[in-house]
Formats: sequence, structure tokens, C-alpha cells
Amino acid sequence: MTDLLFTNARLIDPVALTDSIGALHVRDGKIVEKFETTPAIEGATVIDCDGKCLAPGIIDIGVKVSEPGERHKESFSSAGRAAAAGGVTTIVTRPDTIPSIDTPEILEFVERRAQADAPVHVLPMAALTKGREGREMTEIGFLQDAGAVAFSDADRVITDTKVFSRALTYARSLDALVIGHTQDPGLSNGAAVTSGKFASLRGLPGVSPMAERMALDRDIALLEMTGARYHASQITTARALPALERAKRNGLNITAGVSVHHLTLNEMDVADYRTFFKVKPPLRSEEDRLAVVQAVADGLIDIICSMHTPQDEESKRLPYEEAASGAVGLETLLPAALRLYHAEMIDLPRLFRALSLNPARLLQLDAGRLLEGAPADLILFDPDAPFQLDRSKLLSKSKNTPFDGARMQGKVIGTWVSGERIWGNA
Amino acid sequence: MTFRAKHLLGIEHLHPTEITTLLDLADSYAEHNRKGIAHRDVLAGLTQINMFFENSTRTQSSFELAGKRLGADVMNMGMQASSIKKGETLIDTALTLNAMRPDLLVVRHPHSGAVDLLAQKVNCAVLNAGDGKHEHPTQALLDALTIRRAKGRLHRLSIAICGDISHSRVARSNIMLLGKMENRIRLIAPPTLMPSGMADFGCEVFENMEEGLKDVDVVMMLRLQKERMDGGFIPSEREYFHRYGLDAEKLAHAKSDAIVMHPGPMNRGVEIDGTIADDINRSVIQEQVEMGVAVRMAAMDLLAQNLRASRSAQTQMV
Repeated sequence: MTDLLFTNARLIDPVALTDSIGALHVRDGKIVEKFETTPAIEGATVIDCDGKCLAPGIIDIGVKVSEPGERHKESFSSAGRAAAAGGVTTIVTRPDTIPSIDTPEILEFVERRAQADAPVHVLPMAALTKGREGREMTEIGFLQDAGAVAFSDADRVITDTKVFSRALTYARSLDALVIGHTQDPGLSNGAAVTSGKFASLRGLPGVSPMAERMALDRDIALLEMTGARYHASQITTARALPALERAKRNGLNITAGVSVHHLTLNEMDVADYRTFFKVKPPLRSEEDRLAVVQAVADGLIDIICSMHTPQDEESKRLPYEEAASGAVGLETLLPAALRLYHAEMIDLPRLFRALSLNPARLLQLDAGRLLEGAPADLILFDPDAPFQLDRSKLLSKSKNTPFDGARMQGKVIGTWVSGERIWGNA
Repeated sequence: MTFRAKHLLGIEHLHPTEITTLLDLADSYAEHNRKGIAHRDVLAGLTQINMFFENSTRTQSSFELAGKRLGADVMNMGMQASSIKKGETLIDTALTLNAMRPDLLVVRHPHSGAVDLLAQKVNCAVLNAGDGKHEHPTQALLDALTIRRAKGRLHRLSIAICGDISHSRVARSNIMLLGKMENRIRLIAPPTLMPSGMADFGCEVFENMEEGLKDVDVVMMLRLQKERMDGGFIPSEREYFHRYGLDAEKLAHAKSDAIVMHPGPMNRGVEIDGTIADDINRSVIQEQVEMGVAVRMAAMDLLAQNLRASRSAQTQMV
């Protein structure tokens, strides 16, 4: 029996939505109790938090670990260390690897590699259609039995609505979670940025922000038809929000996420063709960014993720249109999200509701809470500690961060997974 | 020194005085070209490489001729058939080329921003000969010189830019340049060929040719870029010509002394009626080609001066 006692902690509780000084007792990898004052617990190892924040560890849905296929970009070992350093205690991995994770056999390979190499929890997603080609559904039942926590074709949209509706219907019978990418494929074809003044100035092919709403509207109609459990991975535009709000009000089983990049950057950041700012969907206008931040604070958008997408230098050092999309984010998710806190747009309990609690609820996990019986997946961080990001110091194998050189605040002091410290000095 | 730029990547980063300096020099080169006065000492000993990742006859020959008139050693690299096909990245190509120590690099590339990217990797002066849908600065400069010579000034003119603005780097550079010189810019295009947000650049936007051309001093036609179109932007060429092609009837809405320009190559009967293009009283299209050589001579002259100055400063530091 091992006891840990976190004392003098600023406890961030996303369930009670409180932010108060107290103590937390952990036994055998699980949370026992939250205290307002320091209790005396015999034999417990005391960790004095010195008034810093103690919160449930981040659960990041949609992390690309480039195994199998592109281990030079990111491995379970490097992604796991990056996650630990970033305060992410659970990564939910994407199936858009080479080959796609679309059979139980490939899924087992991933789980084996993750178990051997990653210090954090790794929960894999599987493809919804074979080869992510949008034609035939995968073995959703077998994949679920093998441990797939959600089904998604990642950034590909299933254009054939008959195929998609059948997959949703089948997924519903297994209560399987389907994660969709909401971009109308026709309208967004070939686009590198969001259409508007900036796209026109730079002569880059743009997509109307309306492409997101169109795809969301379609998916909502299919949910009404099938009753499936559905999560829109990234809602990034103001025009999509009313549709989302209506669907929730009508009782559909729908949630939505947003990447931290869309919450903290806008289209102008691309500036002189900086390809590290090329993400999918493209960065939006400032008006859209502000609307989406408000939606997170209000709880309309449920989840903040990093949409961690490692790319090597070769795939980024190209003309903007040819460059690969995506940015790494495991290590910058927390400090970037804290920009919203420092800008007084959201408080810490609500931030962790989006980073930890809601992802746990979506995946039907006990984590993400400071409640009795929850796993002791915890992070201790100083929300104010300033630093300047140096991309060469990232633990990810790929260094494609849009925050290189950025002044940020928020440092992870310690990360615990099931009560075991995996980051920071004891 | 009123021309400070190290590269000529676009009009966006040029100051109005730099534009005027360049045009003044180009004007004198234009006169000397007409008189047959040679200036083979200006770029003597310098190497100019023309690197075209996209087909071009007019621009490439214009740059070649400009370089040769100023005494540079000019080399043309047709990049379409070369290493790009073998999978070499743009940056590797740039580094390879840089190792050959060119002094002036003239680049055209099908992707917006590609010339900026290349310029970051080389130690010579880079001239953008057109990048994707982004900029084509020497075209805008030669248009400006043509206008200035025809109208006697390059400010407070009403200028219509008509046609396929969406796919046009010429339009973007011209909007930038003519705006900096304080002209009134009217953009005329079918809505499918008009980029979004153009009103934010201080332009007036028209969908109707007759309204847009009303009382303008300059009519700038653009080529319908069929090769850049993926999918239907217009129903047909004949409907386009009917509604947006420049003919005598539409031109009658402009000022009686309005000049007609076209960056070439022309699609006669698509965006411009042949008789207008050939009307020596209205069309300055041939003069544009002539000014192209002069403007490129001036641009390379000024960049070479800056290049030599920075190199001698480096030598002194060593």
C-alpha cells in the first residue's frame, strides 16, 4: 500500500468547477479524498505543491503517433515522453498511419508498441472504413473488442452518405463513438488557407469557412437518422456553432472539439508563407477564433485537443501549397491553452473541463476528475511561469510547432500516471 | 540610395520612392534602347540565371535580353524538364544553384510564395518573374512605366483591371503598385473570378463591365488563365466574351483618350477584340513589351548595385 499526499495545492476541480487551496490523498494509484486542510496520514509520502496548481491530467484526443509507417516522425517512445512533459496523461491515437489502423491485427501491434514504450496511457482509435477510403466499414466489433475507443477516418470525410449512414448505424448498435472531420470535401478541395483578404493577398487557394458548417449539417442530419454517438473533432468557425447548439438542444448524441491552435492563432499568423502554421482545417479569422473561444468557455464546444501531427522538415520546407499540414502540440497544449486563462477568457476549472473531464466522459473513463476512485492521473503546474519556446528542445521527434520563439506561460512541474511520477523531479 | 531592396520579390515590400527610382532609371534605359546606346559594362562580370519552373517565352526572353544588354552572362535553366522531375525539392535546387555562385537569379514558379522561400536560401539577388497567384512585380512595373509615359503621370488616375483577377498575379502586383502611387482602382470580373476581400484593399469592385469602365483613364485587360482553372468558373468563352470581352462598345464607356493594356499572351475573341488590340491609337500593348526590357534592365541594375555594395561591405569587415 502506497500513500501519496499532495499538500498546499491549488486544486483545479473541473467537476465542482472550483479552484481552491487544499490537499489530495492518493492510494495505490487512485484518488482517495480531497481535503480543504492538510490531514495527517500516517506513512504517506508528502508532496508539497507550494500553492501551485494540481489538476487531473490532460486527455488528448486525436494524437498522431507515426507508428506504424513513419517512425522517423514520431514514435510511441517520443510521443509518450512529449506527453508526459506536456501534462498529458492519456493520448488517444489517430488511425491515419501507414497503413491505416483498420484491422484488429494492426491495432494489436499499436497496443503492444505503446505498452512497451509510452509512460502515459495510450488508447487507440481505429479507422471507420477500410484503408480510410470511405467505401467499406471496418470490423467495428472486433476492433472494439481489441481496444479501439473510437472510430474515425481522421482528416478524410466519407463522401458517400450511404456508406457513412450504414457505418453510423452499425456503430450505434455497439455504442461505438464515431469521430468526424467536418469539412465539405468539394468546397475545400485544394485549399491551403481560409478564403478572405489574407488568402487573396497571398495568392493562396482558400476555402470558405462555410465548408465546415456544410459538413457539420450533413453529419447532424445523419445522426438524426441513425442515433449514433458522434464527436466532431474540430469546430473552428462561428458559422458552425448555431448548428451544433441546435443539435445538442435537440438531444442528439453529439460533442465537439477544437484544436488549441485554432483557439490561439489566426490566419494572419501564416504571414510570409510560414508552413508551420499550415494546419487542417486552416487557421481562421480573428472573429472566428474569438467565437470559438467563447464556445469553449460556455461549454458548447466540449473538448480542447492538440491535434498533434508530427511532420519532418522535408515535408514542411516546401512552397506553402505543397507543404504538409499539421503541427506538433503535446508539449505546447497546456501553455497555449493557458493563454486563454491569462487573457481572462476562461477560468482554470473550465479549461480543465475541456482538457480532462469532457474527454474522459466522452470515452467513458473514470479519469479527468479529482474524485474518489478516479485514477491518480495528475499534473502539477505553475500557470504563471514564463518561458520562451525553443523548438529544438521539444521531446517530439518532429519539431513542427507554430510556437517556436513564442513567449508563453505555464510549466508542468510534475506528471503522475496511476499515482506514479513520470515527469519532474521527485 | 533610394532603392534599398536586396531582392525584387514583390511590390508589397517596395516603398513608393523605390518604385519611382526604378521607373526613372527604366525610362532612361528605354530611351537608350531606342537610340541603340549600349550599357554592357553595367552587369559585366555578373552571372544571371533564369530559372523557370513554369513555361514562359515572353518574360524569359525579356529578362534574357535585359541581362545581355547590360553585359551579364546569362544562362537559362528550363526547370520543367530537369531535376524537379527527379524528385529534388525546391530548396535542394536552390542550394545546388547557389553553389554555382550566380549574382542574379530570375525565378518563376507555379506556387505562391515559392520564390520567397528560395530567396531565403541563396546569397544572390533574386527577381520574382511570377510566383503562382501571388506576385509578378516586373510586370506591374512595366505597366506603370507604360502608363506614366502615356499619361504623363502615375497618380490620381482611374484605372480598371478587368477579367480573371482570381488567378492573376499580374492583377495583385498591379493593385499593390497602383494603390501605393495613389490611383483609383476599379476591378471588374465575374464574381467567380473575383477573389474575396478585394474591397478591403481599397479597390472598387464591379461585376458589370459598362459600369466599371465608366470614365477610366486606363483599361487593363487580363488573360483568361484557362490552365489554372480546375472546374467551371465561367459557362463558356463566348458568353465570357459577350459579357466581359473588351470591344469598341464597352470601351466607349471609358474616357475618350483611355489607353488599353494587356500583359499578354492575348486570347483574341475571349477577353479582347482583335481590332481593339491592334488599334494603335488606343492599344499600348506593344509598348508594354518594349518597357518590359527597360524595366528589367533597371531592376537588375539597381539590385546589382546593392549586391556589390553589400559584398564590398562584407569584404571590408573581413
